[in-house]
Amino acid sequence: MTSALGSAPTGRDDRRVRPTPTRAHRFRWARAAGTGWLYVLPALVMYAVFVLRPLVLTLQYSLYDWNGIGVARWVGLDNYLTVFTDSDLLKIIGNAIVLIVFFSFIPVALGLLVASMVRRITTGTFGTVVRTILFLPQVIPLVAAGIAWSWLLSSNGLINQVLRAVGLGGVARAWLGDFDTALPAVGVIGAWVLLGLCTILLVTGMSKIDPALYEAARLDGAGPVREFLAVTLPSLRQEIGVCLTVTIIAALASFDIVYISTSGGPGLQTTVPGLEIYRLAFSQRQVGLASALAVVLMLLVLACVLPIQRLSRGEKP
Amino acid sequence: MAELLTKLPRRRTVLLASLLALGMTATACSAPGEDRSSTQKSDAAVKTELGTDPITLEMYAETGFPLAKALADEFSKQHSNVKFNIREDQFTVIVENAPRVMASDNSPDIIRLPTMVDLVKDDLLKNLDPYFTAYGWDKFPASQLMQLRVGENTRGTGSLYGMGLGYSVTGVFYNKKLAGQIGMTQPPATVAEFEELLAKAKTGGVQPIMQFNKNTAGINFPHQALQNQFGDPTQVADWIFQKPGATFDTPAALKATQTIQKWAQAGYFTKDANALDYAGMVGEFQKGNGLFMFNGDWESANLDKSMPGNVGFFLFPTESPGGKHVAMSAPNTFGVSAKAKNPDAAAYFLNWVHTNAKAREISVTVGGSSPGGPSDLPVPSAAPNTVLAETLKASQQLGAENGAVDFTANATGGIFAAAITPEMQKLIAGQQTPEGYVKAVQAEYQKELSR
Repeated sequence: MTSALGSAPTGRDDRRVRPTPTRAHRFRWARAAGTGWLYVLPALVMYAVFVLRPLVLTLQYSLYDWNGIGVARWVGLDNYLTVFTDSDLLKIIGNAIVLIVFFSFIPVALGLLVASMVRRITTGTFGTVVRTILFLPQVIPLVAAGIAWSWLLSSNGLINQVLRAVGLGGVARAWLGDFDTALPAVGVIGAWVLLGLCTILLVTGMSKIDPALYEAARLDGAGPVREFLAVTLPSLRQEIGVCLTVTIIAALASFDIVYISTSGGPGLQTTVPGLEIYRLAFSQRQVGLASALAVVLMLLVLACVLPIQRLSRGEKP
Repeated sequence: MAELLTKLPRRRTVLLASLLALGMTATACSAPGEDRSSTQKSDAAVKTELGTDPITLEMYAETGFPLAKALADEFSKQHSNVKFNIREDQFTVIVENAPRVMASDNSPDIIRLPTMVDLVKDDLLKNLDPYFTAYGWDKFPASQLMQLRVGENTRGTGSLYGMGLGYSVTGVFYNKKLAGQIGMTQPPATVAEFEELLAKAKTGGVQPIMQFNKNTAGINFPHQALQNQFGDPTQVADWIFQKPGATFDTPAALKATQTIQKWAQAGYFTKDANALDYAGMVGEFQKGNGLFMFNGDWESANLDKSMPGNVGFFLFPTESPGGKHVAMSAPNTFGVSAKAKNPDAAAYFLNWVHTNAKAREISVTVGGSSPGGPSDLPVPSAAPNTVLAETLKASQQLGAENGAVDFTANATGGIFAAAITPEMQKLIAGQQTPEGYVKAVQAEYQKELSR
């Protein structure tokens, strides 16, 4: 926009004077650039105050032993040492990695399947209804989803009622209160929430694929599976990249669903870093350790997401 | 990370680095918390007159318990110049928020308190000793205010830092109809009798105990009820008050933990206890889905409404017949913030709660608890044949036997969330041994005290 403004023909003068970078021209460009910054400024200020400053403060706090009120004590990297050696904290980080399977891989895989099926019915009223239903979990607040699923998964909830009705009463249990099933149950809630988002993104991606490609594939004798592998999947590289990025961040930074459905229990079975950071900072008043865990979580997110970003853009790994 | 930086354009790297450096410089000049000015004002002169100037008292209270609001409304009715601005949150939220809210410029005058030692250490709570003298609170039974005293890093002795809006007692609520079904004609007199009733209920197809254990370990109630009986309760109190050398790893605590595990294995708790929260427990009990519920008198008025005539209450029985009752009992603690704008009016209100006849009546009828206060003031009576009348009687009995012990969950700020809750959940699911439980709780306690 700025260059367009800067080099735009001025109409009256351009017959006599070539648009060389004169002083006035440079001034105009600078003024235009300044105007651009002016537009960005409010957002930049908000970003600095609410993102950069907390980020820097978190880094600073992570080097102290601090209860959030009194004077802090410098401990250097001790908090990081605790994060990497405390067995409970390692288990908590492990839980988040398990959740990636449920929050990320399952919704993307199922999303691809569902999107392939509904691809042809994306137009018309029926298509709108299907898309709305699929997208609904995204619109529902995570807290409400957590509460609703807690009811469904409770010992007298709908899921156990159905199991009992079909003679599988022996399998029925308090899914969110059982040491063996709590983490997968939380994972199922996450998968349900994120499936719609992935499906809609993938359906949109599929609608952009040139039909000629499918036609060519079919002429070459490809069946639906071959067609999916040879045409659909490679064409959706960027969409899958976005899905994986969003869902992996959701898995690693999960808080609401876990807090509402299990509060991290039973034991530490479903405690995730997001919940532990909150507990350490606000309940146990170990702001330094909480900050160190937050920094480690941020690095973990970057370590998971950056390679996906590069791969999905088609760069060399 | 280094690779990432090399991939970034140099200008962007320089910008990012300078932004971070700028931020670090701006924030790293001083250690966090260093710029905090002292909040404690002089306690020299206190006023016991309310005056007639308009006052708005800021109150931070617990949601779901209408007592604080009922008392505030009555106070405003009697003293028209005083208005209340009440903010309500769940207790766990108050526990998490209290230090920051009290350290802020908008600190409330009166606040429902979680554990107090940390707040006193950080100069956030007002020392009430001058009011103690000015109002003559020495006429209260000394044991009533003992839990609200904080000394040199311990509770139980030292200066007064809080007052109770009612003084609660815990015990066992029971469903009279279900009790009749299993042949229970009167409350059990010993722990063994209580266990017999549990076994009878189980074989009779009645759920013996309805107890929550989800986000906060409700099974800590029966655990401490047993722990109080199996040893010297002074040991329990010393541990809660952080007396030097006190430990949780005692034979009494171990025996209590073994008993809880035995009960869990016998199916006396519901299978989904670890997925059941407090509201769920009360709801299930009200539906008649459990014989016993370990809980406090704060639930009496509610139970009288929801299942009139069908609920009884008893103090947890002693180990041997005729022994002294010991029960978890704590004030519904409220303190005055060190930054309170109207500390004198706040103290006036706290004194009024204990001494005004109408306020005492509200403490009983709305709060379901003994109003405390001077020993010579009568305790308002509750309607006969109500569970409220029973809990009130139990409270008086406990007072006479001097058997009140604070909750182990109140020992330190983080012990409940960090140790008792997750370890108790593991214990009843068979993922933790009783020995492991007592050691884990003690380890967390020591970790917190060493900070």
